[in-house]
Amino acid sequence: MLEIKNLHVKLEEEEKQILKGVDLTVEAGKVHAIMGPNGAGKSTLSYVLSGRDGYEVTDGEAVLDGTDLLEAEPEERAAAGLFLAFQYPVEIPGVGNMTFLRTALNAQRKARGEEELSAGDFLKEVRAKAKSLKIDADMLKRPVNVGFSGGEKKRNEILQMAMLEPKMCILDETDSGLDVDAMKLVADGVNALRDAGRGFLVITHYQRLLDHIKPDVVHIMADGRIVKTGGPELALEVENNGYADILAEVDA
Amino acid sequence: MALPEMKQSATDARLGTLTLPEGGCLSTARHAALSRVQTMGLPTRRDEYWKYTRPDTLVNAELVAAEVFTSDEAPMFDGFDRLKIVFVDGVFDADASDDLSLEGITVERLIDLEAKDIHWATDLYGVLEARGQTPVERPLAALNTAFAADGIAIHVTGKPSKPISFIYKHLDANSDSILHHIVRVDTGAEATILENGPAAARFNNVMEIDVADGGKLHHVRAQGRDHERRAATHVFTRLGAESVYKSFTLTVNGVLTRNEQVIEINGDDAIAHVAGACVGDGEFHHDDTVFITHDALNGESRQVFKKVLRNGATGVFQGKILVKEGAQKTDGYQISQSLLLDDDSQFLAKPELEIYADDVACSHGSTSGAIDEEALFYLRSRGVSASEATDLLTLAFLAEAVDEVEDDAIAEALVNRLEGWLARRR
Repeated sequence: MLEIKNLHVKLEEEEKQILKGVDLTVEAGKVHAIMGPNGAGKSTLSYVLSGRDGYEVTDGEAVLDGTDLLEAEPEERAAAGLFLAFQYPVEIPGVGNMTFLRTALNAQRKARGEEELSAGDFLKEVRAKAKSLKIDADMLKRPVNVGFSGGEKKRNEILQMAMLEPKMCILDETDSGLDVDAMKLVADGVNALRDAGRGFLVITHYQRLLDHIKPDVVHIMADGRIVKTGGPELALEVENNGYADILAEVDA
Repeated sequence: MALPEMKQSATDARLGTLTLPEGGCLSTARHAALSRVQTMGLPTRRDEYWKYTRPDTLVNAELVAAEVFTSDEAPMFDGFDRLKIVFVDGVFDADASDDLSLEGITVERLIDLEAKDIHWATDLYGVLEARGQTPVERPLAALNTAFAADGIAIHVTGKPSKPISFIYKHLDANSDSILHHIVRVDTGAEATILENGPAAARFNNVMEIDVADGGKLHHVRAQGRDHERRAATHVFTRLGAESVYKSFTLTVNGVLTRNEQVIEINGDDAIAHVAGACVGDGEFHHDDTVFITHDALNGESRQVFKKVLRNGATGVFQGKILVKEGAQKTDGYQISQSLLLDDDSQFLAKPELEIYADDVACSHGSTSGAIDEEALFYLRSRGVSASEATDLLTLAFLAEAVDEVEDDAIAEALVNRLEGWLARRR
C-alpha cells in the first residue's frame, strides 16, 4: 500500500541531510512501528510524507496505492487516503471543531468525486465516534484544539482519523504527553480502526504505546535510515536494553 | 491665526461649491459650524491626524466620479424586519421608505424638523460635533454640520419593536452627498440602528448620538461595496450613567473610507464598545480613527478592529483612550489587528493611551501578520484545499470582531457577507 524507496531528504534552508535512504513498505491491514532515538529522522519522515514545507527530497520515492505522494499537494495526499496524526496538533482559534471536521470530510469526498455528507448524517456520525473517544459536545463546539489538554488534543486527532477513514494512518509520537489512561483511550480508538484495508505507521520513541497497539512489524530507525526490522519482540528488546545495543550491533 | 496658503485656498474652493441651508431652527448651529471650518481649514496631508490617509479626494472641490456597482447579491439586512429609511445619492426617498411612525420612537426628516423648534434637536445638532473638535480637529464633520442638506432625527423614547434601518443607495456616478443624523436615546430607552449601502460617489456622513442615563443603542453599519466610492464618516456619541453604546462596522471594498468614532463617557458605569471588520482588495484604503474619552467613574470601553488586506490594500488604525483625572476604575481595552494576505498590502497603526487617573485598567495591542503557516498545513493535511483553508483562517481572524455583535441574526448576515467576498476572490 505505502511504498517508500531510497528516500533522501534534506532541510530546505540548510545543507543538512536528515533521511539518507529510507526503504519501507507498509501493507494493507498491517501495523508497522518505527522506533528510534531522538534525531533519527522519524518525525521528518512523517512530515515529508504528508507534504509539510521546509524539506527537500533529493532522491527516492513514496507511493500510496499508485499516488506519487511526493509530487502531490498536502490536500491531494489526504484525498488519496493519507492521514498524519500530529505530534503537536495545531490550535486554530476561531474555527469550530465541527466546522473543521465537516469541511475536511467534504473536501476529501469532493476531491474523490463523492457526494458531500448531509449535515444530519455528519452530525450523527461525529457524535457516535466522539462518544467512543470520550469527546464531549463542548469539545466539538470549541475552536480546534484551543484550550484542549494534551490528552484531548490527541483524542481529537483520532476522532479526525475516525471521521476521515484514511487508508494509511501515520501516528507521530501520539503517546507523547499522555498518561496511562489517556494512552489507553487513544490506543482503543486506533485499534477500533484496524481493518484489512488500512495500514498504520506508528512512530514512537517508547515501547509502551506498542503494548496497546500491537504492531506486526517493528523498524528501528537511526541516522536517517531503517537499520533493523523485526517482529514485536524488537520493541521489547529496545525497552529492556535501550537503543545503544542495537545500534552498536548494526554498526559492527 | 491665518491658515497656510494651500489649506486656505483648498478650503475656500470647497466651501465655494456648497450652499448653507438658511432659516430653520438649526441655522445658528450651521453658521457656528461654518465658522469652525473656516478657522480650522479642511484637512491636508500635512496634518498629523491625516498622516496615514490622504484627505484630498474627500476635501477637494472637484469630485472624483465613482462608477455604480451592480451585484446580484441581495442587499445587506434584506429580509430583516426593520423600519426602512432610504436615501438615494444622499436624498431622502419617501416612496422607497417605510412610514416613519413606530411605537417608542419619533423619526423625522431634518428638513421637516428645521421648520419647527424642537428642543432636544437644537440641543444636539452640531453640539457633540463641536465638543469633538478638541483636542483633535475634525473639519470634515464641521463642514457636514454646516452644509448637510438632509438627514434624520431620531428620538428614542421607548423600546421600538424593530431596528431603524438607513439604506444608502448609490445610483449616480457623480453624487456628492452630505448627510447629518441626530439620535437622542431617552433614559431607559433602547434601540438598534442599522446603516448600509455605498450612499454616493463621495459620502460625508455625521451621526450625533446622545444616550441618556440607562439608555442603550446598538449600531451596526455595513458600508457598501462599490469599488470606487469614497466616504468620510463621523459618529459622535455621548454616554450618560449606566448607558450602553455598541457599534460594529463592516467595510467591504470602497476605494477610500475614513471612519471616525468620537465617544465621550460622561456618566458613571457606562459602556462603549466599538468594533469593525474590513476586507480590502487592491485599490482600497480603510481608516478607523477612534477617540474615546473617559470622564466618569467605572466606565468600560472596548475597541476591536480587524482588517484583511490583499493586493496592495492599505489599512489604518488610529485609536485613542483618554482617561481624564477622576475617571477612576476605568476599564479600557483596545486591539487592532491586520491579516496581510500578501507582501504588497500594509497596515498602519497608531494606538494611544493617555491617562490622568491612577486607578484604571487600560490595555492596547496591535498586530500585523500573515496566515499562520502551521494552521494552514494542518488544514491541508486534512484534505482542505489551500484556498479554502486560507478562507477559513481569514474568517476565523475576523470572527473576533464579528463576535462583538450581540444579535446573532445580524452577526450571521455579516459573516455571510464576508464569505461572499472571499468566495468571489478565489
